[in-house]
Amino acid sequence: MTSISLSVNGKSVSGDVEGRTLLSAFLRENLQLTGTHIGCDTSQCGACVVHVDGQAIKACTMLAAEADGADVRTIEGMENADGSLGVIQQAFQDHHGLQCGFCTPGMVMSAAALLKDNPNPTEGEIREYLEGNLCRCTGYHNIVKAIMAASGQDVSKIAAE
Amino acid sequence: MHNFDFAKPATIADAVAALQGDEAQPLGGGQTLIPTMKQRLAAPEVLVSLTHIPDMQGVCTNDAGQLCIGGATTHATVAREAASSFPGLAHLAAHIGDPAVRNRGTIGGSLANNDPSACYPAAALGTGATICTNLREITADDYFQGMFDTALDEGEIITEVRLPIPQAAHYEKFVQPASRFALTGVFVAKYQDHVRVAVTGASENGVFRWADAEAALSQSFASDAVADLSVDPDHMIHDLHASKEYRANLVKVGTMRSVKKAK
Repeated sequence: MTSISLSVNGKSVSGDVEGRTLLSAFLRENLQLTGTHIGCDTSQCGACVVHVDGQAIKACTMLAAEADGADVRTIEGMENADGSLGVIQQAFQDHHGLQCGFCTPGMVMSAAALLKDNPNPTEGEIREYLEGNLCRCTGYHNIVKAIMAASGQDVSKIAAE
Repeated sequence: MHNFDFAKPATIADAVAALQGDEAQPLGGGQTLIPTMKQRLAAPEVLVSLTHIPDMQGVCTNDAGQLCIGGATTHATVAREAASSFPGLAHLAAHIGDPAVRNRGTIGGSLANNDPSACYPAAALGTGATICTNLREITADDYFQGMFDTALDEGEIITEVRLPIPQAAHYEKFVQPASRFALTGVFVAKYQDHVRVAVTGASENGVFRWADAEAALSQSFASDAVADLSVDPDHMIHDLHASKEYRANLVKVGTMRSVKKAK
């Protein structure tokens, strides 16, 4: 076992992990932060995307021990200080950017990473950035629309509802 | 995944020392190795992380006109930091996997694994790069030795990759959309007195140089120069995604497109 200490959503946490413990398992099982979803566990689907030191990564394909000392942000850290939904989360609700919701935590975390680097993305840039996030319900249109709306752009001309 | 001891050295010397055991294995970004271990296709007893070694991070240029990339530098960093000095390489790095994979995966990890469909081997061979390890410097022509096979010895790690910066280059990748690896990818690099063409994703022997195209393009750097050439489909990869004949044709198409797009 290795002892690790890191910051998760602004709070200092620590725990003992095996070498093989994945960051996704540490978040879900040690910290009970079950908003980070395990969709495929093969780094294909992106449901487990979290931010490590500000960068989007797949938590199912990073060892918890690698995150020792890191600053981690999960979907639970995306709400506003008063507990209301953050801008991207609210946009997903307003624009029906989810159906079953399983992929949504990863979608929101990827969207946040995109908007940090590119505050005004085109529809094409959003679609390309979401290459590693799979959704089997929506057909992506409303996810793309929600992210455009969250960036403050006019989405009235995007056709699909 | 079987359990293992985890080491996180901060220097190359400590990493080399930690790799001395029989069943020790280096870990780059883990974007291939961790899924492989989950499937129990690899089960090291000690895993030595190379991503916390400052001497193996970063991108710079040297006086010899080479782009020097630390072995543990992520694809995202190369995409960002090579954009002005070597746009063809930045483009390649920016299209590996997906954004989250690019934030973890490293150039050293990609080259050490030498997946026959990986992107970086095409850039290393297509520029005639030098692969620097803790022990020696290996030219790309000697480094790649077949599918998943390289000149690296046990416990030897890639500390830096030096790529001669070309006058113009492009990597044309025909994506296998499920894996986002290259179904076939062609890297073309134009230097003052020669052209190199390296192909990934196509051959059963891994990345290779297309000598006929190099000769033709060295005479005339125009896509028409390879229009009458063809690639022998023997020993090409033949699977449910594409036949060997299809891949052989993609080599030519990718070469022509790379020449047109080279910058």
